[in-house]
Amino acid sequence: MNREIVCITCPNSCLMEVTADEAGQVTGVSGNRCPKGADFAKSEIAHPVRTLCTTVRTVYKDCPVLPVRVDGTVPKEKIRDAMNAIGQITVDRPAGIGDVVLEDLLGLGVNVIVTSGVLQER
Amino acid sequence: MKYREADVIVIGGGPAGLAAAIAAREAGADVLLLERESRLGGILKQCIHDGFGLIRYGEKLSGPEYAQRFIDRFHALGIEAMTETFVTKIEKPQPDGTFCLTASSREGMLLLKSSSLVLATGCRERTARQVFLHGSRPAGIFTAGTAQHLINLQGQMPTRRCVILGSGDIGLIMARRLTLEGAEVVGVYEARPRPSGLVRNLHQCLYDFGIPLHLSTTVTRVFGEERVEAAEVCRVDDRMQPVAGTEERIECDSVILSVGLIPENELAESLGVQMDPATRGPAADSSKMTSVPGVFSCGNSFRVFDLVDDVSEDGEQAGRAAAAWSLSAKGRREAEK
Repeated sequence: MNREIVCITCPNSCLMEVTADEAGQVTGVSGNRCPKGADFAKSEIAHPVRTLCTTVRTVYKDCPVLPVRVDGTVPKEKIRDAMNAIGQITVDRPAGIGDVVLEDLLGLGVNVIVTSGVLQER
Repeated sequence: MKYREADVIVIGGGPAGLAAAIAAREAGADVLLLERESRLGGILKQCIHDGFGLIRYGEKLSGPEYAQRFIDRFHALGIEAMTETFVTKIEKPQPDGTFCLTASSREGMLLLKSSSLVLATGCRERTARQVFLHGSRPAGIFTAGTAQHLINLQGQMPTRRCVILGSGDIGLIMARRLTLEGAEVVGVYEARPRPSGLVRNLHQCLYDFGIPLHLSTTVTRVFGEERVEAAEVCRVDDRMQPVAGTEERIECDSVILSVGLIPENELAESLGVQMDPATRGPAADSSKMTSVPGVFSCGNSFRVFDLVDDVSEDGEQAGRAAAAWSLSAKGRREAEK
């Protein structure tokens, strides 16, 4: 199997030619300018994952939403479920950068963490 | 009127201004930073997506996290920032080479003086009028940055179903953000034959979500009186002229624009700083000094950068150069005494 995959790891956006055998094992990657490209290609063939950044609701009127992200990756097909789970969160304490607002998102072993210090500046 | 003097005054508390202030302080200058908003961080405050800092930190940080690293360093160095402070006037250099600034703040008008200035005023988004999207003015026409501000900072959804005009990176990022929040992005329309955003953003923001990109296609009309009801899109030829018969009406409540960024240089122009027509920002020498001695320019007000890592480096260069300029001017003044 031959597939063209664009690496989304960095702004270089390398266009890679990826070959894989019948079992889905990557046998060759070309066009990547660094080893991260090959890793991304393997992950993309085996099971695509993405990072996820969004906001959560807060109880504070002057700061109604707080930026968060997942501290790892989420399988691409679970992004919608992840958004729904994160949508249930309401922050009611002055959480700061790195604080966990949801542990073990969807049982994936990743946490949802705060990415802005805005509530601590208030 | 409150009075304050500093070796270096930095105007703008975004990534360029923060980096400039830190570098100037580390070079030994007394620095004052002026920011019109209530919080430092500039546009990074609303750029909640990740991908910042890959070059500088080797990490995929979100915008606010990247900004916080600089804000922490800024405070650790004890640099003074005046927030909710807006510069209204800069007087041309005085006979002794210093600058006099007037600014408005919560405490009233301020009079500020320094031997050098770092302009880090960022850029502005091109608006509907600037891309000739004329007609009545229904609600629902937003720049991508305004939509980003509404969703990410105010928690307000500006649209349920929209088209995006222009394929700049902020538009692509917002296509994904709007989709994640449950809006329908019918398509991204780009008048030019090539997309203007990064290829990786086409993939992770559009194709991942099945959002189509239509090249050589633009929005030619917007329908609706109170609120946008539909947009007319149309193919354009290689001279960017609409091709008759290719019009298509798309029902939507919003048109979101991502059609370019323009360096903001009203203050620089008031000082008579020479502009470079290619970058639409100030012309500057290798030390980041503009045609007006003692005035330095950096970040997106100097030229629009793709990466914040590069903006930070640009700010650092300007900050170091401004500190050197002010400290040598100070030395000269003291020697004359």
